[in-house]
Amino acid sequence: MATLEIRDLHVTVEADNATKEILKGVDLTVKQGETHAIMGPNGSGKSTLAYSLAGHPKYTITGGTVTLDGEDVLEMSVDERARAGLFLAMQYPVEVPGVSVSNFLRTSATAIRGEAPKLRTWVKEVREAMERLNMDPAFAERNVNEGFSGGEKKRHEILQLELLKPKMAILDETDSGLDVDALRVVSEGVNRVRETGEVGTLLITHYTRILRYIKPDFVHVFSAGRIVESGGAELADKLENEGYEAYAKLDGVDTKGGVSA
Amino acid sequence: MAEAQNIPVGSTTAGSIAVAAESTVATRMSAPPSFDVADFPVPHGREEEWRFTPLERLRGLHDGTAVATGNGVKVEVKAPEGVTVEAVGRDDARLGKAGTPVDRVAAQAYSAFEKAGVVTVPKETVLTEPIRISVHGEGGTAFGHQVIELGAFAEAVVVIDHTGDAVLAANVDYLLGDGAKLTVVSVQDWDEKAVHVAQHNALVGRDASFKSVVVTFGGDVVRLHPRVRYAGPGGEAELFGLYFTDQGQHQEHRLLVDHNVPHCKSNVVYKGALQGEDAHAVWIGDVLIEAKAEGTDTYEMNRNLVLTDGARVDSVPNLEIETGEIVGAGHASATGRFDDEQLFYLMARGIPEHEARRLVVRGFFAELVQQIGLPDIEERLIAKIEEELEAAVA
Repeated sequence: MATLEIRDLHVTVEADNATKEILKGVDLTVKQGETHAIMGPNGSGKSTLAYSLAGHPKYTITGGTVTLDGEDVLEMSVDERARAGLFLAMQYPVEVPGVSVSNFLRTSATAIRGEAPKLRTWVKEVREAMERLNMDPAFAERNVNEGFSGGEKKRHEILQLELLKPKMAILDETDSGLDVDALRVVSEGVNRVRETGEVGTLLITHYTRILRYIKPDFVHVFSAGRIVESGGAELADKLENEGYEAYAKLDGVDTKGGVSA
Repeated sequence: MAEAQNIPVGSTTAGSIAVAAESTVATRMSAPPSFDVADFPVPHGREEEWRFTPLERLRGLHDGTAVATGNGVKVEVKAPEGVTVEAVGRDDARLGKAGTPVDRVAAQAYSAFEKAGVVTVPKETVLTEPIRISVHGEGGTAFGHQVIELGAFAEAVVVIDHTGDAVLAANVDYLLGDGAKLTVVSVQDWDEKAVHVAQHNALVGRDASFKSVVVTFGGDVVRLHPRVRYAGPGGEAELFGLYFTDQGQHQEHRLLVDHNVPHCKSNVVYKGALQGEDAHAVWIGDVLIEAKAEGTDTYEMNRNLVLTDGARVDSVPNLEIETGEIVGAGHASATGRFDDEQLFYLMARGIPEHEARRLVVRGFFAELVQQIGLPDIEERLIAKIEEELEAAVA
């Protein structure tokens, strides 16, 4: 069973000619089949965690370990991490001019699977996955993320999730900027992948809204660069009612060890 | 890491659509067209037509100090049966018929060449094999003139290959008879020190079709000036260009389509990729629709893809319209960059870095390459683009 283990992760970023520590000792274990929601106020470091796990060069790891099935993730390049089974659905997917969605998906699937998917089954696979996400077939001929609406970008991310079948999916604010209909379609896509039981999901969000569609097994509250409280789905209800104010006070307090799972 | 942005720091895009009573395309030049080099002052670099060009790197082509040497370029013409290949003097009536030099280097080339090459495809002759002209630089300086003439209803493909090292100034004339179809592929695959400045003049006959594919990869400075005029209504011109500008290279393509006759079409598409410090691409697209050119249909587009920091693009489309009685007229110019965020996105989907770059560049050029319509040329271009990318990665 695939397991992602994050231990005492410290991450800094360079900003305005100064080094700023964003993650201050994150501990988390996500197992295949589990869904963990990470919730927290803006600026708490949630997205930094997502991008650090994926290997974005903007972030410097200054301490701690990340392993996937015992393999050192931090030693891997960005593409190696993806091939090892990590997937990051991005909050702001970038435009890639000149590359069509269909070409991109096939190149990506070829890289992840280690061989080019057979054309006939691949075309069907993509078409069906797009239908499930209510995507127009013409979408495949557009350039990656070029001129996509917010909802189209997120659907495209989830389409990739369905096709690439990672071991660990990190969804960075996939719900942001979506209307209720788009949120439902995207959530259904995530749930289809979760129901296979073959993916561990790290759902990063600011709002509890998406948790009505995607039921987490664990909820972690993120504040000032670390997890400050962990619990079951009921913790989300508490956040819904009380907001993040209670946690803001914890800034600077040593809350290490407050991790379940 | 740079933030994602659409316009690289070193780029300009300035476009204009002018509705003018009098052409400024012509008046923007420092002197009227002439075959005599003495009619042009030595440029100092501030003139409109020279302001982007590094004159100090032209090896004297612009100021009269460049002198032809014995080891300039070796020109070989391979033509199928039925085609006439001649070397003629400057008194030959076919020379200069397609157009007159518009700047000092073109006039210098006309004033200094020894023998001009003339390739003639007789009327109604349809060639099934391309005419291949190899221009190989042997390290010296040369001035050239080449005429390619198609009689009425003749059809031909001409591939002109520039390789080796040379300092070359030239004029190339394309004369298309009525209903003729000419495709010319001019490949600038020079060694790194070469300097190549040329004016291409096409005169498109009634109902004739001219397709020009300009491919520039090599050289220190390449400055080409393809120009099109029409000899009768119903003419069509497609001008495609593809360039890959590397570190330190200056590649400049200046185009003019002069809609001087009614009911003609033109379509200009130039695309370039740039990589490396001081890679500089310039694209000037002038389209003039004269008052008498009713029924004109024209479009021009330039796209640039900047792959690394330190490269610069200047892209200037100009559309000048003297009549409103036209089918269509438009232009577009855009410069985008392949940046670290795009690289991260593709790599985060398992795609290795070199593959990611290749994917983007191939995609960028693919649409243009497919329009060339000559499979062996298309394959060669794709291979050459791959080679450029490999060199950059290494």
